[in-house]
Amino acid sequence: MVTVNKKTVEVLRIATAGSVDDGKSTLIGRLLYETNSITTDKLEAIHKASQRKGIDFIDLSLLTDGLIAEREQGITIDVAHIYFQTPKRKFIIADSPGHVEYTRNMITGASHADVSVILVDARHGILEQTHRHYYIAHLLRIPQVIVCVNKMDLMGYEETPFRAIQEKFTTFASQIKSDRQQIQFIPISSLYGQNITTRSDKMSWFNGPSLLEVLEQMEAHPKESHAQGRFPVQYIIRPRNDEFHDFRGYAGRVSSGSFKVGDAVTILPSQRTSRIDKIYQFDQKIDQANTRQSVVITLTDDVDVSRGDMLVKTGEEPVPVKEINADVCWLNAEAMTGSKTYLLQSGTSLSKAKITSIKYVKNPATLEQTPAPALNMNEIARVQIKTAKPIPADTYDENPSNGSFILVDEYSNNTVAVGFVV
Amino acid sequence: MSALQKSFPRDLEDEAIYILREAAAQFERPAILFSGGKDSITIVRLAQKAFYPGKVPFPLLHIDTGHNFPETIEFRDWLVKTTGVDLLVGYVQDDIDAGRVTEEKGKYASRNTLQTVTLLRMIEEQKFDACIGGARRDEEKARAKERIFSVRDEFGQWDAKNQRPELFDFLNGRIKPGENVRVFPISNWTELDVWNYIREEELAIPSIYFTHERDVVVRDGVLWPISDFIYRDPEETVERRKVRFRTVGDMSCTAALASEANSLDTIIDEIISATLSERGTRLDDKRAEAAMELRKVSGYF
Repeated sequence: MVTVNKKTVEVLRIATAGSVDDGKSTLIGRLLYETNSITTDKLEAIHKASQRKGIDFIDLSLLTDGLIAEREQGITIDVAHIYFQTPKRKFIIADSPGHVEYTRNMITGASHADVSVILVDARHGILEQTHRHYYIAHLLRIPQVIVCVNKMDLMGYEETPFRAIQEKFTTFASQIKSDRQQIQFIPISSLYGQNITTRSDKMSWFNGPSLLEVLEQMEAHPKESHAQGRFPVQYIIRPRNDEFHDFRGYAGRVSSGSFKVGDAVTILPSQRTSRIDKIYQFDQKIDQANTRQSVVITLTDDVDVSRGDMLVKTGEEPVPVKEINADVCWLNAEAMTGSKTYLLQSGTSLSKAKITSIKYVKNPATLEQTPAPALNMNEIARVQIKTAKPIPADTYDENPSNGSFILVDEYSNNTVAVGFVV
Repeated sequence: MSALQKSFPRDLEDEAIYILREAAAQFERPAILFSGGKDSITIVRLAQKAFYPGKVPFPLLHIDTGHNFPETIEFRDWLVKTTGVDLLVGYVQDDIDAGRVTEEKGKYASRNTLQTVTLLRMIEEQKFDACIGGARRDEEKARAKERIFSVRDEFGQWDAKNQRPELFDFLNGRIKPGENVRVFPISNWTELDVWNYIREEELAIPSIYFTHERDVVVRDGVLWPISDFIYRDPEETVERRKVRFRTVGDMSCTAALASEANSLDTIIDEIISATLSERGTRLDDKRAEAAMELRKVSGYF
């Protein structure tokens, strides 16, 4: 095998959200353009499509609006995934529409993100939409938030409006912000490429790095790596051939923390204990499996482990419970009804579940909490859930990978809600 | 060119293995859609890794249009022999003979769109509830909107505006009888990622990916490989050129690329500096702006 440099390329996942006119497409287009990520045939196709639409500039939103309906209506309906790479790392942008009726798409896009990029039009300042975008970044505990104050060219590249926006945003954020989240502000002009990939020479009052420099340097997945060890079992591997006659391996992806050969582990929910015998990564035996690595683990004892169980380090067990308090976002057009049973999927485990009460619905823009009898699409609420099986969840704040879940409708099979354990 | 640009992000391999194991756990009878191209070769490797030391728990399903590059078929048979994975073949010719589809005519005739019918017939006959494919979101704008577990109705149709949200790593593969799911483990890989992976893993690939001499005609600015399967215009002159293929589809819809790249290293250099996109040589995509979306809606993968 080719010797691979230990320092493999890292992937940084970025969430962007915004509406048609705040310059988001131009920003993404600019990032792609300045990193040489758009091929000439794609540019040509967009150019032609722009002409057909009767516009005389190259409409970069056509890069991301991949569906016929989106191009016809000039709106982004769904999350688009955009890929680019610089000499430093690989980036995946999940770009979602920004209006209130797309809250569910924004949460979907943001659920994979290491960083949230929030765009503010320097002329309009902080809008209701800005509050909503930040609330989602907060709800998902995205470790890094970058607020790009765009269209600085239209403000004469002046410092005062930028600082005013920074102050207003900080005031709103401080009501909910967790200590572990970092917020940075960058004055930019997407149209003229100021502070996008290179530092602007028009805003000497700003000493910070450009957007791309920030994105190239930040840490990916800091939280899960530092959390306690969790290993949801996906699949049991039993080859039953001559070489591996009695082999019984548990395949999964370390969702947080790390596991070493010899570690004492507890199997949840059964609470039985054993030790890690071997860790396989394909045909190689390794000493330690880190966060996000897909491995096969064997145990020293012949204990009962099936899909849906979770291996955790002994002494670091979460307490399996049948009553969960959670924030949920309703994703489905059909409203939530309290009398209905849903399937709760957490890690690889499934359990029947009921929403027993809605404590309040939260307005993400005003942070106002109001009582509600039911939950409609795009609403975010604090609820209480009862499950049939005990769920060994952590709080989302402590360990996002083991503190989130989805609800599935048993009849339509649709994913109807996402939840964050509090 | 940075060394990191020629290194594969291992996080993507872990993600793909996770997805393959979810497919094995959530479905009764999945299959790997195998075209003999670099993406499906990558999927086979990932499946070997995901289930080691067990066997790959899925058969390969090849939809054979009859218009393949002979090198691809030769490679397919070699791969099946060396990996011990089962192979099932669905022949487009059978659907033509049975009158279920009609062959296209004229200068741009291709069997590309016909294969959807054969794929859906095989899914029904073999009772596959999931088909694992090597499609990637960076290939094409409609594919950029595709889910990792993409639910298709009884007619194989993709409802782009009504897809299940996919949050965090949760994959929801619950379906009703008759429906099936297309599974895309390398959704988040780019063309460059695939090539870097092939290089680091030292995977064998069909010879047509490397430079070779071939008879071509220049038509509409692209190099068409000469074969029994394409329309021949007596006005067009056949030239012998040094070419390779960047993607591998049918001989009737895959254009060649003038290239001297004779190794994985030189292919990767060529891709890093390319000004044309990967599917720029796919004549099946050039039919209309939304050609891919329309094919997906009708059941293509």
